[in-house]
Amino acid sequence: MQLPADPPPDHEDGSSRREFIRRLAAISAGLTVAAPLGRAGTVTEKSNLQGEPPKTDGAEGLIEIILKVNGNTERLVVDPRVTLLDALRDRLDLMGTKKGCDRGTCGACTVHLDGRRVLSCLTLAVMAQGKKITTIEGLATGDELHPVQAAFIKCDGFQCGYCTPGQIMSAVACISEGHTGSDSEIREYMSGNLCRCGAYPNIVEAVKMAAAKMKGEVN
Amino acid sequence: MRPFTYESPSSVLEATNPGHPDSAFIAGGTTIVDLMKLEVMKPPKVVDLNALPMRGIEMSPDGLRIGALEKMSDTAVHPEVAANYPVISEALLKSASAQIRNMASIGGNLLQRTRCGYFRDVNTPCNKREPGSGCPAIGGENRMHAILGTSSSCVATHASDLAVALVALEASVRLQSGASERLLTLDDFYLLPDGTPHQENQLLPGELITEIRVPRLPWATRSTYLKIRDRESYEFSLTSAAVALDVNGDQIRDARVAVGGVGTKPWNLPEVREALTGKPLTLETFVAAAKLAVAGAVPLKHNAFKIDLVQRTIIRALIKLGGLA
Ligand SMILES: Cc1cc2nc3c(=O)[nH]c(=O)nc-3n(C[C@H](O)[C@H](O)[C@H](O)COP(=O)(O)OP(=O)(O)OC[C@H]3O[C@@H](n4cnc5c(N)ncnc54)[C@H](O)[C@@H]3O)c2cc1C
Ligand code: FES
Ligand code: FES
Repeated sequence: MQLPADPPPDHEDGSSRREFIRRLAAISAGLTVAAPLGRAGTVTEKSNLQGEPPKTDGAEGLIEIILKVNGNTERLVVDPRVTLLDALRDRLDLMGTKKGCDRGTCGACTVHLDGRRVLSCLTLAVMAQGKKITTIEGLATGDELHPVQAAFIKCDGFQCGYCTPGQIMSAVACISEGHTGSDSEIREYMSGNLCRCGAYPNIVEAVKMAAAKMKGEVN
Repeated sequence: MRPFTYESPSSVLEATNPGHPDSAFIAGGTTIVDLMKLEVMKPPKVVDLNALPMRGIEMSPDGLRIGALEKMSDTAVHPEVAANYPVISEALLKSASAQIRNMASIGGNLLQRTRCGYFRDVNTPCNKREPGSGCPAIGGENRMHAILGTSSSCVATHASDLAVALVALEASVRLQSGASERLLTLDDFYLLPDGTPHQENQLLPGELITEIRVPRLPWATRSTYLKIRDRESYEFSLTSAAVALDVNGDQIRDARVAVGGVGTKPWNLPEVREALTGKPLTLETFVAAAKLAVAGAVPLKHNAFKIDLVQRTIIRALIKLGGLA
């Protein structure tokens, strides 16, 4: 079977990254028992990664929501079924947040709501209103990477990179929660993020390095 | 996912009068969004509970009160919970992942649905999902299933870790519908499957769990939750034990014991508690008491290992609490 190529680096344009994800989704759909996905109809219909025709039924049930994402205020008209993950990816073009399982079992979709890590695949977009949403795109300050992003690069905390945005969002929270006292504590508090490539040892190193840096121990 | 309308009422009175018999509440969404995607749950209306006041964690002379909307993560590390009932903190911290614990509510946790693969797959029969359609787990894949409280209709386990700790501590749930309130012990709240596995508890349509009450038990400071699973973290239990032990010198004065991963509901074990009470604090006492846990066990093809495993889980928790290790 043909495996997907490495994801293009961040500076590449969104369309090729989307192409990568589309291919990955097509491959994983063949591997797992893919249940019908809850892609709901949206006002501006965008291509559906999962190949399911966009639902247009219940158009009268559309609701207007306001999301505060990475400091921007976004106004969207959505079906109440739309998850925060699909709103970010399909409506706001924030493709950094990944869809792995869409069932709460992998952590690829981890984002922060008011600074707390949550799974965007099990969060309804309508219920994220009024909260400060931070995605991987909102972590860096201008051109300067967040210390956790820098540490993942330095420690080789990934192989294919698919789980990485979720790992990094989780790691930022893990550090701010104070759960980096030992390797086993880091592993326990990072257990909600699975890595198919098994980059775990380097992920633990990256979390340790970033935690030390953020405490001001290392420059 | 089937279409639904969404509402976010701000009072319990409004919320418990949703106007549609098949409407569903949503708190953290970690069970219901998953099951709506699978079309195991198809509510035409979803009522968001998060604007309701059912919050707060307080210790009083009567014991502990936890508002149903409190998050698993916040409850686990609450100083009163951690200090007075370590078994609750540990059961929560060994549940799911940090992300899910940040989302999931205590009330929702108690109402989470079984992880039985047949229940979750709408292409297979399941008496819990479609009454009368049959139970493929009984003759099928049943390694994760129950050995206690099963019936010819259903062998699915109840998956909540928190509920195991709470039934051991003889906790109650406060329920409210409109202006009428009632208090039920959690043990009575959960129902055995018998011929009606789709009725998992005593909650009426539109009724809310508003809070959890845990009686005061000063010696529950000596309590623990031991969870045995296929991987060390982010996994449901094969077996688990919630145990509290009151020790006086080398005698056991009192105990609380419940087990998870083995029952069709969180499984309280008053008979084990009795077998421990007043006995010497020895391994022999523990082994004899743990045997009573599986007196009525009915193993299936793939889960007979749980008969030994659950006894050992209880014994190991007792060894730890009794300081025999
Ligand atoms: C990958 C994964 C791993 C998990 N691992 C574990 C584990 O190891 N141990 C464990 O115990 N759990 C585990 N869980 C289950 C998780 O703990 C539950 O999904 C969660 O606690 C449910 O809470 P919620 O607030 O998200 O509920 P929701 O999904 O919002 O609601 C669940 C149900 O309860 C109803 N409801 C919610 N609140 C109330 C209320 N106050 N009154 C009346 N009805 C209400 C809803 O209508 C719905 O039917 C896991 C879940 C996932 C997805
Ligand atoms: S995509 Fe959300 S947990 Fe896997
Ligand atoms: S780097 Fe490939 S899944 Fe983690």
